[in-house]
Amino acid sequence: MGSIKDRVAIVGMGCTRFGENWYKNSSDMIIEAANEAFQDAGVTKDDIEAAWVGTLWSGDSGQTLAEPLKLPYMPITRVENMCATASDAFRNASYAVAAGIYDRVLVVGFEKLKDSGLSGLPETQVYGTNRLQTQTAPGHFALLATSYFAKYGLSPEEGKRMLGHISVKSHHNGSLNPKAHFQREVTLEQVINAPLVAWPLGLFDCCGVSDGAAAAIITRAELAKQFRPDPVYVKALQICVGQRSGFIRSDYDWTQIRETYEAGRRAYQEAGIKVPREEISMAEVHDCFSITEAVTMEDLQFSVRGGVREDIESGFFDIDGGLPVQPSGGLKCFGHPIGASGLRMLYEMYKQLQGKAEKRQLKNPKLGLTHNLGGFPAGPTISVVIVGR
Amino acid sequence: MAGIVSYGAYVPLHRLGRSEISKAWGGTGGEGEKAVASYDEDSITMAVAAARDCSKGFDRSKLDGVYFASTTSPYWEKLASATIASAMGLRSDILTADFSGSLRSGTNALKAALDAVTAGSADYILVVAGDARIGIPRSDKEMSFGDAAAAVIVAKEAAAVNVEGRHSVSGELFDFWRPDRDVFVRSAEDRFAREVGYNTVVTDTVRSALNKFRLKPTDIAKVCLYAPDARQLMSTSAAIGFDTKGGQVEESLHNSVGNCGASQSLLMLVCALEKARQGDRLLLVSYGDGCDVLSLVVQKELPKVKGRRGVKMHLETKRNLPSYQKYVLWRELVQVQPASRPPMIPVSPVALLRDRGWGLSLHGSKCKKCGTPQYPMQRVCVICGAQDQYVPYSFADLVGRLTTFSHDNLGAAIDPPSTVCAVDFEGGGRIMCDMTDRDPAQVATGMPVEMVFRKLHYSGGIHNYWWKCSPIRC
Repeated sequence: MGSIKDRVAIVGMGCTRFGENWYKNSSDMIIEAANEAFQDAGVTKDDIEAAWVGTLWSGDSGQTLAEPLKLPYMPITRVENMCATASDAFRNASYAVAAGIYDRVLVVGFEKLKDSGLSGLPETQVYGTNRLQTQTAPGHFALLATSYFAKYGLSPEEGKRMLGHISVKSHHNGSLNPKAHFQREVTLEQVINAPLVAWPLGLFDCCGVSDGAAAAIITRAELAKQFRPDPVYVKALQICVGQRSGFIRSDYDWTQIRETYEAGRRAYQEAGIKVPREEISMAEVHDCFSITEAVTMEDLQFSVRGGVREDIESGFFDIDGGLPVQPSGGLKCFGHPIGASGLRMLYEMYKQLQGKAEKRQLKNPKLGLTHNLGGFPAGPTISVVIVGR
Repeated sequence: MAGIVSYGAYVPLHRLGRSEISKAWGGTGGEGEKAVASYDEDSITMAVAAARDCSKGFDRSKLDGVYFASTTSPYWEKLASATIASAMGLRSDILTADFSGSLRSGTNALKAALDAVTAGSADYILVVAGDARIGIPRSDKEMSFGDAAAAVIVAKEAAAVNVEGRHSVSGELFDFWRPDRDVFVRSAEDRFAREVGYNTVVTDTVRSALNKFRLKPTDIAKVCLYAPDARQLMSTSAAIGFDTKGGQVEESLHNSVGNCGASQSLLMLVCALEKARQGDRLLLVSYGDGCDVLSLVVQKELPKVKGRRGVKMHLETKRNLPSYQKYVLWRELVQVQPASRPPMIPVSPVALLRDRGWGLSLHGSKCKKCGTPQYPMQRVCVICGAQDQYVPYSFADLVGRLTTFSHDNLGAAIDPPSTVCAVDFEGGGRIMCDMTDRDPAQVATGMPVEMVFRKLHYSGGIHNYWWKCSPIRC
């Protein structure tokens, strides 16, 4: 197996404001994100040779990108891999660039969820026997909390405090981000006492449903300086797809996610990283729910098994801590337009590495990691992407 | 001589105090309580529960038929007994028939089963009655109706309980009835129904039956008599000549279950069988568009079967609904704000075809190579990867432990929260399912659970049945 390290560079990115974009449809958001990326890279759509577009529910076929941007007779692939959709679109585009087939490639991720008028995400419904238990996302991710608390001896109060700190931290970062949906701080009491969605997860433990789009323009590493003096280089691209076997095997215990560990391990190997906790400068992980972020810290080897509580409560993952997590505000403050999130995470890493993260700017970051989780903990699809200078 | 070789019953966990009903309508009083099927129960799910209870210790592969009796079958055109047979994992070369249209349907089914085994059409037939009649709000019917199911297995010979005599009359009378387009049972003026209907018909028919059987009231150890309420039970029994004070009349279930329709007479028979001694003669009487009288003799006591619950254990385990409003919600008598969730895609009949023999009876597979039980059935073993090397494996009667759970307020449900669970079973295997009949505050990881047959939802005209876990009832 080969390595992608330092073979592909990001030379332009764009990102819309995420939120309840009542007055913007998918096309509006695609145009906005792509325009920002074109301007950032100093190119127009006529310079683009190929495109990859990621969306889960908001469009079919490459046409979903060609139509709004009027891309001319272009090879365009629509990618879907649940919540890892945007990251996987980026991954596939990167391989085409690294292979030398295309020199200038556009990647867009977008999702328009708020037209549905629903609370929460729809369950994935396939014609079948529908003989399923109640299958909402909060319900299934809450199982992680029930099991984690039980395994490590956390009382519900202790567990809620640990989780609460995560959301407080993310909201602080989001309050510094003009593109976030929610830009206000919250207190620990607010989070702990919020109405329950799926025990023990409360309203502030769950990311919202929102609309958004993000875009990237990529090229081969050796061509990058033709576009800008400060490109961002791809160090690792990993996807790990689960079998949903935790629903069937009795040895899955809902206190960790093996697919995350595997994707992370392979990404570190690809990027040449030996001690992730020390070498990764910042991370945007899939905080669909606060407990997901907690468990992911251990799965990505940022914390030892059973040790994330100490790291969270000591502020290690806060914006001024040793390894800032969700410097953008995360899914918690942006919501999760599924096809867009992976690229939005990359946008934050990109801006941080270029020193353009404004009020959220970290001091001299070197390596940024993004992580997505699609599906349910008992066998999900995971992406881990590492970028750096 | 044909007779009964096994019995079982099911009464829902939940009860509604009659005083709650009175209070809701601005009154006081109201004695006892009625059994209320949960929002995920109906006549079929209760019948499956009673059938499972009845067939404990009995080899189901020997059942040659299922006769189902109810006035509240979930379908006008679709055979409930076929669904029950499928849920029980019975053979397909069996007799299935539904008996409906009357409170006498339970004994109609019993008589037909006795005739079938006597004629040699079958060796063993499962007779199961389940009813979930709804009384129109603010009525004495709402007060009195309850939900329950009862089952017996009928056999040609060597029956422990022989049915020695039968006498039936047919009657055309509008006392209680429900037309095809109504949800609620209608009734004529109560004095008319009581005097011209129940009292007259039952008294006359039982007297004729006793004559025909050459028996006197004093020959009967226990009378199992359907009655609309406790008062009519006593007055009509007394009028016939039975001793209402000395325990000759099987106790009315009116204040503990309610009037449970077509399952009432069989339920009372099960109560009697639970206590019957060798030599006891029982009289089973049911009423509705006529009257059935059967005379039974206990040749030998039915063996105590491990795990059989009958009526008594179901009566002893109960939980009261907190209010009349909860009952109204469960019976969907009022339209309420639905959860803001996507509309349910209807179940696919094609997918249900492929599911035959698997999901409805909670069969998964067991890998022949590594021995791991799996649900749902897996062509490729989740542990060792062996392909197409499996045998069917039944999870329905296994005890499980709750590995993890959450109470989900978001999911669409008639009465949120739903409790989503991962259950790991004795002997191996795991099933993801909801938990029912639970107090959310009492749910804890590691608790033992059993599997129960329930209705998940109704959509696209299909009542979608499957299984849930529940705390062990008793």
